[in-house]
Amino acid sequence: MKAKSAAAPYAAWMSIFIIVPMILVVIFAFTDKSGAFTLKNIAEVGQYSNVFLRSIWLGALATVISLVLGYPLAYIISHISARRQSMMIMLVMLPMWMNFLLRTYAWMTLLEDNGIINSLLASFGIGKLHLINTQGAVVLGMVYNYIPYMILPLYSVLTKIDSSVIEAAQDLGANQVKVFSKVTFPMSMPGVISGITMVFVPAVSTFIISKMLGGGANLMIGDLIDMQFLGSAYNPNLGSAISLVLMVLILICMGIMNQFDDGESNGGGMMI
Amino acid sequence: MKKTIAALAAAVLLATSVSPLAFASSEEPEQPAVPNTGVTINVYNWGEYISNGVDDTLDVNKEFTKRTGINVNYTTFDSNESLYSKLANGGANYDIIIPSDYMISKLIDEGMIEKLDFSNIPNFQYIDEQFRNQKYDETNAYSVPYTWGVVGIFYNKKYVKEPVDSWKILWDKKYAGKILMFDNPRDSFGIAQKILGYSYNSTNVEEWENAAKLLKEQKPLVQAYVMDQIFDKMSSGDAWLAPYYAGDAATLVEDNPDIGFAIPTKEGTNFFVDAICIPTGAQHKKEAEAYINFLCDPEIAAANMDYIGYSTPETAAKKLLPEETVNNPIYYPEESILKKSETYVNLPDDTNMLLDTLWAEVKMGGPGQTATLVAVLLGFLLLYIGIVIYKKVKVKRELQ
Amino acid sequence: MKTISRIYSAILFLFLYAPIFVLIVFSFNNSTTMSRSVWSGFSFKWYAQLIQDGMLLNALKNTLIIAVVAAIISTVLGTAAAIGINGMNKWMKRMVMNVTNLPMVNPDIVTGVSLMLLFVFVAKSMGNVSLGMFSLILAHITFCLPYVILSVMPKLRQMDSHLYEAAQDLGCSPALAFFKVVLPEIVPGVVTGMIMAFTLSIDDFVISYFTSGTTQTLPIFIYSMTRKRISPEINALSTLLFGTIMVLLIIVNFRQSKDKKAEENLMEEA
Repeated sequence: MKAKSAAAPYAAWMSIFIIVPMILVVIFAFTDKSGAFTLKNIAEVGQYSNVFLRSIWLGALATVISLVLGYPLAYIISHISARRQSMMIMLVMLPMWMNFLLRTYAWMTLLEDNGIINSLLASFGIGKLHLINTQGAVVLGMVYNYIPYMILPLYSVLTKIDSSVIEAAQDLGANQVKVFSKVTFPMSMPGVISGITMVFVPAVSTFIISKMLGGGANLMIGDLIDMQFLGSAYNPNLGSAISLVLMVLILICMGIMNQFDDGESNGGGMMI
Repeated sequence: MKKTIAALAAAVLLATSVSPLAFASSEEPEQPAVPNTGVTINVYNWGEYISNGVDDTLDVNKEFTKRTGINVNYTTFDSNESLYSKLANGGANYDIIIPSDYMISKLIDEGMIEKLDFSNIPNFQYIDEQFRNQKYDETNAYSVPYTWGVVGIFYNKKYVKEPVDSWKILWDKKYAGKILMFDNPRDSFGIAQKILGYSYNSTNVEEWENAAKLLKEQKPLVQAYVMDQIFDKMSSGDAWLAPYYAGDAATLVEDNPDIGFAIPTKEGTNFFVDAICIPTGAQHKKEAEAYINFLCDPEIAAANMDYIGYSTPETAAKKLLPEETVNNPIYYPEESILKKSETYVNLPDDTNMLLDTLWAEVKMGGPGQTATLVAVLLGFLLLYIGIVIYKKVKVKRELQ
Repeated sequence: MKTISRIYSAILFLFLYAPIFVLIVFSFNNSTTMSRSVWSGFSFKWYAQLIQDGMLLNALKNTLIIAVVAAIISTVLGTAAAIGINGMNKWMKRMVMNVTNLPMVNPDIVTGVSLMLLFVFVAKSMGNVSLGMFSLILAHITFCLPYVILSVMPKLRQMDSHLYEAAQDLGCSPALAFFKVVLPEIVPGVVTGMIMAFTLSIDDFVISYFTSGTTQTLPIFIYSMTRKRISPEINALSTLLFGTIMVLLIIVNFRQSKDKKAEENLMEEA
């Protein structure tokens, strides 16, 4: 059977639109304006180490918060009746179908100094809080935007856990805490891993959330790349170099995460 | 303001319907034949920089299409630098752009804008003599002035009671967290330069570094670095002090009557001209020139200026504007202020590069250490290798 | 325990929905000062303004055209690819799947930037043509393809591979065998893939932002709106979008549960 040949157009497509562009990024990163080979761009990326550190820190924080908040909900949903499960999952996904710029914009209205949260606080007699244009606001924006990506893979792994395994553990005398730490959590590891990747990658590379909620002073890697290509400091060679370092960073992180994933399952639970 | 806009819009619409008869006077320049109809020109302008038909104002782009049959694809940018990036990057063919003075001379130097055919722009005659042949385009071959103005400080009178006459107020710790700053290097550095008594167009490395130092000192007090978002943040009362362009005073005061505007007379300010240009390689140059000609029509110019609030370089358009605008020193400041103001000029390449680096430093918070980044990457890599080895060892032991 | 979990879910859903709710409420605000957090009466005026906005309607049109074309092409290409990959040996399969995963793992901004470099390079060599609809469609197909493949693959794996051969043995041409035997088996996966491609395309901002040239799509238009003086028009737009999605999802859900019921009835009868 020559089924293989059906993939030929796809292979051609991906070579042109994935592989070639990646090669272009590498070429740009290692050349200067005139096209001559140089290591200057890569060396210059070092200047922005604090932007990288800030992005990694905020991205990691958002990922941990999403995990801590999302796990219980995924667990709760996986333990209710099947009919209500599908409804609840739909409720988790529904906000994701709204454009993420609009979702982020919604938080702008809420967090402003004279915004809705502060008006509410004022009407309760509590003083105003400065919320917007802080790193906290950026993390909040990330958690809000990406938490469904954490909940969905967790949920799909948790529903697949055979309840007889849990019962067996209980029969053998394990209490609830033990069952969770020794059985449920380890078994949900593939979901945790893919949840972490699905939140961390977009969070660390975002370039809108930091602009809208961070006030342009808490710049992240994404903003830096945008700045070099379409922003205020045109330098596509430096921009490519930064992209390259970002890619390497993410690949290493993914490598580390995959080491925790013992199962064969590829990517834990893809959504849908 | 809104009422006059509506009246003006009505007048323009009326004029077009009866125009051949009503304007058959001798003063009217002969208009060139309308070029290709049905094509679409790409116009790239600042945000909030054209009368757009909201609240019964004149929709300038629609009116242009109605008169000429040329469609307009209108998009916006928010700083001269991002306009430059988009042009330099390629892949976007604009027919009309509206950069500011210093950017125009940079674009001329790099061959990125084309000479205009002024026979297609007879309405250029309305542009006042003092706005022609400016420093940025000395022979006036590449650009047609659209607006001009000065930079000043917007403040909320409810919270800022002292007189605002110096840029230094933006460094006042009293207003920490309530200050906005320009999100573009020239304007931000310009403020620091004036405080330090330097020229905007200095080529002295030390002067630029000192200005950067001053901006870094200010950073903890700054709520956000923004451009057009200033409208939102000032009128909602979220911010109390913001440097911005005088022309936006009308809009801001209309939104929130507590907002005042002052030009810092102590140190002087920036005088700018934004002018219309055609990028090199534009596909519809003739149609673009028709568009420029249209924008220079005093009535259209007046409708635009009435809506956006900036100052017009055409006396003929000024006559059509309400008197309280024309006599307002915010829009048409006194000669003494203009004398004390300075224009941006395009900087030499190495100064521009220095500026980019310093600006990134200001916004990112100091230059970082390459070693830190390398250490982080190496750390992650070691962690990865460590885990892999640990797992291999574990598997081996289990096998034994 | 049950009450605790109820309260917890309620709080989390409040967190997810409160901002959207606020957006919707303020789209009906009769404010004149553009202020976004003071309620001053009910009105439809922002909707009226929205409908008159020619640029917005144009952006919407572009978005829909791109989404439909990208969804169709990526579904066809992706389904063929999935069938091809399914017939590969283990080593080749692994290599192709790694390339497939690349755009999903790669940050959007890097994908966007790299595609932009390619498109601009080609555009410049073709005499400085402008990026636009065409480059947007190419970019959208590229990031949709992996999702189509990943939703078709499991269905193919579930299918009995002998069915196809049996049909051919019984005299079907390969094409006929595909349409009569294989396709009906994998249709649910194909449809899911297509819907995903469509929604991903409509929602994408980051990749479009870098590959759009002078063309505006809805997310790009929204972005330029948030950079300017924000008018409650944007709230009205959000409400309309949210309403449309909600109705669509309810219809899909309703149909699914009807299908399930029909299936259950069949099972009972058998």
